[in-house]
Amino acid sequence: MDIFLQQVINGLTLGAVYAVVALGYTMVYGIIQLINFAHGEVVMIGAMVALTVINALAKSGLSPVTVVLAGTGCAIPVCMLVGYAMERLAYRPLRRAPRLAPLITAIGVSIILQHLALLVWSRNVLAFPQIVDLRVFHVAGARISNVQLAIIVVCVAMMAGLAVLVYRTRLGAAMRATAQNPQVAGLMGIDIDRVIAATFAIGAALAAVAGVMVGTYYGVAQYTMGSILGLKAFSAAVLGGIGNVPGAMLGGVLMGVVEALGAGYIGSFTDLCRYGWLARLIGERCADGGHFVLFGSNYQDVFAFAVLILVLVLRPSGLLGERVGERA
Amino acid sequence: MSLLEVRALEVHYGGIRAVKGIDLDVEPGELVCLIGANGAGKSSMLRAICGLVHGVRGSVRYAGEEISGLAVHERPRRGLVMVPEGRGIFPQLTVAENLAIGAYARRDPDVRDDLERTYRLFARLAERRTQTGGTLSGGEQQMLAIGRALMSRPRLLLLDEPSMGLAPLMVAKILATVREIARQGVTILLVEQNAKLALEIASRGYVMESGAITLAADAASLLADPRVREAYLGEGAA
Ligand SMILES: Nc1ncnc2c1ncn2[C@@H]1O[C@H](COP(=O)(O)OP(=O)(O)OP(=O)(O)O)[C@@H](O)[C@H]1O
Ligand SMILES: [Mg+2]
Repeated sequence: MDIFLQQVINGLTLGAVYAVVALGYTMVYGIIQLINFAHGEVVMIGAMVALTVINALAKSGLSPVTVVLAGTGCAIPVCMLVGYAMERLAYRPLRRAPRLAPLITAIGVSIILQHLALLVWSRNVLAFPQIVDLRVFHVAGARISNVQLAIIVVCVAMMAGLAVLVYRTRLGAAMRATAQNPQVAGLMGIDIDRVIAATFAIGAALAAVAGVMVGTYYGVAQYTMGSILGLKAFSAAVLGGIGNVPGAMLGGVLMGVVEALGAGYIGSFTDLCRYGWLARLIGERCADGGHFVLFGSNYQDVFAFAVLILVLVLRPSGLLGERVGERA
Repeated sequence: MSLLEVRALEVHYGGIRAVKGIDLDVEPGELVCLIGANGAGKSSMLRAICGLVHGVRGSVRYAGEEISGLAVHERPRRGLVMVPEGRGIFPQLTVAENLAIGAYARRDPDVRDDLERTYRLFARLAERRTQTGGTLSGGEQQMLAIGRALMSRPRLLLLDEPSMGLAPLMVAKILATVREIARQGVTILLVEQNAKLALEIASRGYVMESGAITLAADAASLLADPRVREAYLGEGAA
């Protein structure tokens, strides 16, 4: 089996999901310069709502695709409502407050949403019912499943749809104008409150679908799942250049691939038995092809944050970002 | 009935009273100019008319309707549009997209015709329609800002220092365009530092000093007024 190709495929799958979540961060940041720390929780709520619906319909005799679509179809409006509500109730009243206030509020919203989910869905790791039968295709020595393929296709379609929305529609033009100069956007007749609310709702809809995909991919969901996923997607958005829509897409995919490759190779790179003099030092554990692995693939989460730190040090504006530095 | 009727307008920034009770009228079809030194409160007054500042007192009536309570974006829908100080173009949108945003408040089919008319008025913009706004020169940006406002089909256009930062030739050109727009039937309230050129194209003028209107007359008598000549036209006794 070709480990490299395999990890690239896994990475693309994961990266496509990161990209979709990263878009939510970057659009909100672009328009009101807020890092919406609660965005990861919207992904979690999407997964939870879908899981509930899919569980309820699992034995209904409907086709698996219909069931998953029904779950997604419920998750999207619920998440859009959550996204809209957090903007309306938590962030809008702070629009003119110092930047730290909405930022701290975002952390608060994130905690509130997590604990609401805890109340509704318990603290347990919940299993997605295995209703889709996994089919695996072999390509050039690597494996790709029908679920992976579906995730990649859906993510690419959503990104294309979002690009059309942002760059080709009236609402998209209003969003970009509001991001660049909200006062003048208002002077030109744009209701910026509505545009900002729409931005939150659109980001939340993307997050909902991402939640369903992550849930079906890993087969589990838990009320805490949004925080680490959200942080990685946020890192991806920073990698691409926060506020930049194509950047979030690129950053997400890169982040997924880096993480998968890192997870795939860290074990063998940190196997001290590979290094002659160290192997001799270690002695018998390395004999007969033994291993002395420092960091296993359970360290995969490290890579996203290593990338984040590197970006912040080397290129704070991100790969495609132009604006550098903090706006007052 | 006046198109714009400002009464006892005050603007407060925290404890500072930047506009101290102003009365001002603009009749339909007029080109009125407002001159005054830096910090006199001209922009504050325009921003108050547009609903951009809080801490506003007094009344602003437009086309017979009290508009001081309206949301900012409701004004362009009624034909009241401002070109803000510093132009306020969208730097990362193309020229064409900037102009399209100007027509945002409209939903009629004549937008295309107006776009062509705007491009005829500013041929430079037509050549640069796919370029982003931020790459334009200062003069071109001012043309874009005015063109964008025209795309909304304004009844009343508020212009805040359109000549700011431009070379003399470009100043003359922009002000000639302003006069042309007024000729086509758009009512204009023009705020200018360039008092001479502004008074030459205006029919009436106001002079503003530290937040209050100190003179109001037709443009010709303001041009002849010794106080104006001394303070704003750089002439007269030392
Ligand atoms: N946002 C603000 N907060 C506090 N004070 C302000 C604010 N905006 C303007 N001011 C003050 O209000 C006064 C009037 O400012 P304004 O910008 O209206 O003057 P102006 O006549 O437009 O001047 P200029 O010709 O330089 O544009 C000034 O003293 C200014 O410092
Ligand atoms: Mg001013």
